[in-house]
Amino acid sequence: MEVARENGIFIPGLCYHPDFPVKGNCRICVVEIRGKKKLSLSCKTKAEDGMEIWTDTARVKKSRNLNIELIFAEHIEKCPTCIWNVHCGLLDLAERYKIEIKRFPDRKGKRKTHKFANAVEIDGTQCIDCRNCLDACSLLQNINYLELQGKGIDQEVVPVKNKKIDCIYCGQCAVHCPVGAAQEQSQWEMVGKAIASKKKIVVAQFAPSIRVSIGEEFNLPYGEILTGQVVAGLKELGFNYVFDVSFGADMTTMVEAQELLERLNKKGVTPMITSCCPAWVKYVEFYHPELIPNLTTARSPQIHTGGAVKTYWADKMKINPKDITVVSVMPCTAKKFEATRPELKAKGLFPVDYVLTTREFAWLLKKNHIDFPKLKPAKADDILGEYSGAGVIYGGSGGVMESALRTAQFLACGKNKGKICQTQLDFKGVRGLAGVKETIISVAGKKLRVAVVNGIGNIEPVITNLNKYDYIEVMACPGGCIGGGGEPIPTTDEIRKKRMAALYELDKSKKIRKAHENKGVLEVLKWLKGQGKLEHQILHTEYKKRS
Amino acid sequence: MDILAKIKKAGLVGRGGASFPTADKWEAVKKAKGAKKYVVCNASEGEPGVAKDSYILENFGKEVVDGIKIAINFLKAERAYIYINHNYYKKFNKILAKIIGKAPIEFFIKPIGSGYIGGEESSMLNAIEGRRIEPRLKPPFPTTSGLMRCPTLINNVETFYNISLVAANKYKKERFYTISGDCLWTGVFSFPENWTIEKILKETKNYPKFPFFVQVGGEGSGEVLNSGQLRRPASGAGSITVYSILKHKPENLIKNWLDFFLAESCGKCTPCREGVYRLREIADLPNPDWRLFADLLNNLEETSFCGLGGAVPVPVKSYTNNVLAKMPENKVSFKGLDKKTMASCLLYEKDKNKN
Repeated sequence: MEVARENGIFIPGLCYHPDFPVKGNCRICVVEIRGKKKLSLSCKTKAEDGMEIWTDTARVKKSRNLNIELIFAEHIEKCPTCIWNVHCGLLDLAERYKIEIKRFPDRKGKRKTHKFANAVEIDGTQCIDCRNCLDACSLLQNINYLELQGKGIDQEVVPVKNKKIDCIYCGQCAVHCPVGAAQEQSQWEMVGKAIASKKKIVVAQFAPSIRVSIGEEFNLPYGEILTGQVVAGLKELGFNYVFDVSFGADMTTMVEAQELLERLNKKGVTPMITSCCPAWVKYVEFYHPELIPNLTTARSPQIHTGGAVKTYWADKMKINPKDITVVSVMPCTAKKFEATRPELKAKGLFPVDYVLTTREFAWLLKKNHIDFPKLKPAKADDILGEYSGAGVIYGGSGGVMESALRTAQFLACGKNKGKICQTQLDFKGVRGLAGVKETIISVAGKKLRVAVVNGIGNIEPVITNLNKYDYIEVMACPGGCIGGGGEPIPTTDEIRKKRMAALYELDKSKKIRKAHENKGVLEVLKWLKGQGKLEHQILHTEYKKRS
Repeated sequence: MDILAKIKKAGLVGRGGASFPTADKWEAVKKAKGAKKYVVCNASEGEPGVAKDSYILENFGKEVVDGIKIAINFLKAERAYIYINHNYYKKFNKILAKIIGKAPIEFFIKPIGSGYIGGEESSMLNAIEGRRIEPRLKPPFPTTSGLMRCPTLINNVETFYNISLVAANKYKKERFYTISGDCLWTGVFSFPENWTIEKILKETKNYPKFPFFVQVGGEGSGEVLNSGQLRRPASGAGSITVYSILKHKPENLIKNWLDFFLAESCGKCTPCREGVYRLREIADLPNPDWRLFADLLNNLEETSFCGLGGAVPVPVKSYTNNVLAKMPENKVSFKGLDKKTMASCLLYEKDKNKN
């Protein structure tokens, strides 16, 4: 199948995903191979020299179309409110092959929808039994929260009953589901209403990853950088102001780098572990509460920006913070959960009110007939729109670590005036898609042993050897945020690489590449310093055991 | 002469149903590289209408265990498992345990509810490993990557029995036949493997005097033959079920076969999980779409994941081919399924697979 696709020959496949071993469940990728008595599955057939393969004979068509029709009868069409309907793998197949989608009556009408906090849901009425969600939850993430119950036509994907296992809301099930049965719990309707009501000032802030992945929803090449179009698109949708979460990322870096140095110098709890990935935080709180003291208390970028919007910016703009609605556009489903954490409230307000995924954002654009690729690029609003290269690489695995190290080296130097200050820009040892990346970096004359965990499925060896490290970054999704559960579908290693490369390209192109050079951030931090208790409230958070 | 040469010379084939040459399988496992090797004796016998393994375990337990031991020695296998269905375990475990003694042979009781598919060889490996009971993608085959991904020899109870006979130079090219259905002398019999169905029925005084047909190789997945087609050996798992034509209405037969597969489908692949459900649904309609019915059956033949799905069309199509289509037109009155429809869509299309 891969060979065919590389050569521009389309072969359909619903259960096949390059992230997983071949399953051969859906049986729609059938082809005819000379010498083979039966039809063959292209997903499990290795291409060999001299093989003669037909992908669209009458025989292939008959079985392929029949299997697609059978699959359609498992999936209750909810097209009018489905954010997939402009980008739906099933409808595409129906159109391509002229499938009678109603040939068989739907049989799963009474299935339940399982909701996981406010982040992710699995709608049994739409499931086509491809089992990608199970592979994502088990093979990829090693969470094993989903299981297959029953057999034959009664089989159903359900959460496990074991109370020692819980969902971390990473959404990898959703980003691997070919039909939208597993998906984010959408908030686009509420956001649409908030914009339309005009009672409030509606502010959008978008994560670093969005700019390098949203293009895919509009058939642009992987990794196309579209920062300006994202801003323009959000404005077009009616948001009053648009800020960049990369700004918040720079705030996070400042707070986190400071904390790292403090912990190292004052012999605090080490290794320090990053906390901007909400799925990882949930993982620690539930599975390893003993690691809570290791998590940096720095809030995450979306919460930092949201907090700055409702305090610093509201003050500057003379707006009552109660009149502001903050909407994040995130590559992530767990961010929806993070935004509802009560401990994040400051002055009685949540820093972020709604979280949309990349897919929801794309759907809103399409629903409003906004020709996204043709939008005239716009600039995010001052001053929470400014960002450094360090802020933008937050979107990829290793980025948070690299940003923090750039700033930590600088801050450490500041305290050792007189010595020659060595700072570094590129920390290549923490980049890339390897499961665990380890390297040693010198900060303030100390050799810092760092590890970057790319995907929660790779966490085990690092947790068992915690003492080997001083500083650890963990991203629950493979590739980091650019591979997040809210990202465009498909997301594969090839695509993750391209999105990631685009972030580093952006970083390289920025004049400012270090968080501590972001003047806006310095100004906000300075302002917060004068606000007493509020400073701590906006910059830091706390965690609690959840098991 | 070593055991492999003896098996080759005897021309043993597997008695689980697929009749795979035993020597080839043994050789493949022998040659396969692996730190450990395993032997599994399949005593699940999930096919309705087949009871020979039960009979063999009851009467020839020693020979079966000997056969397994020969395999262990031949392969230098780590361990052997007797994958046994729950009822057989209850009946025979004490006798067998005594015979096994200290040999590295363990029972693994086929999980209750694992059904027909639980006897398929790769599903069986999944069951022993504690995984979901479903067939595995092949290749790799169990001979190179079986239990715990190690080379594994899987043979049926009767095959191991034959191995011990071959080793002792007592093998007489006989096999066991289970006879059931509308006849008087049902049970398990041993006859030469080349005897025809007709001869076996006559020899056991079971040849009916009324109009009948038979199903050979199991009441679930076996092929249906009419009374004029009995001059051939009973293939597959070696069973013959006799059906009186008058007693069995076409509608009930077809529904029963489909009910069986609907209940036994593991749910892994679309053509079987969804297809069998739709077949059953169509069979209940007042005016079934027989063309769609036939398409769904053919689709199972063409695209199902494992042999169970591939077997669904066998009883239904061979029954319509060999029995319904041969009846006088006025006797076929099954929901508009006339000869013309049968000829146009339900016949075996043996040539269609040629490119």
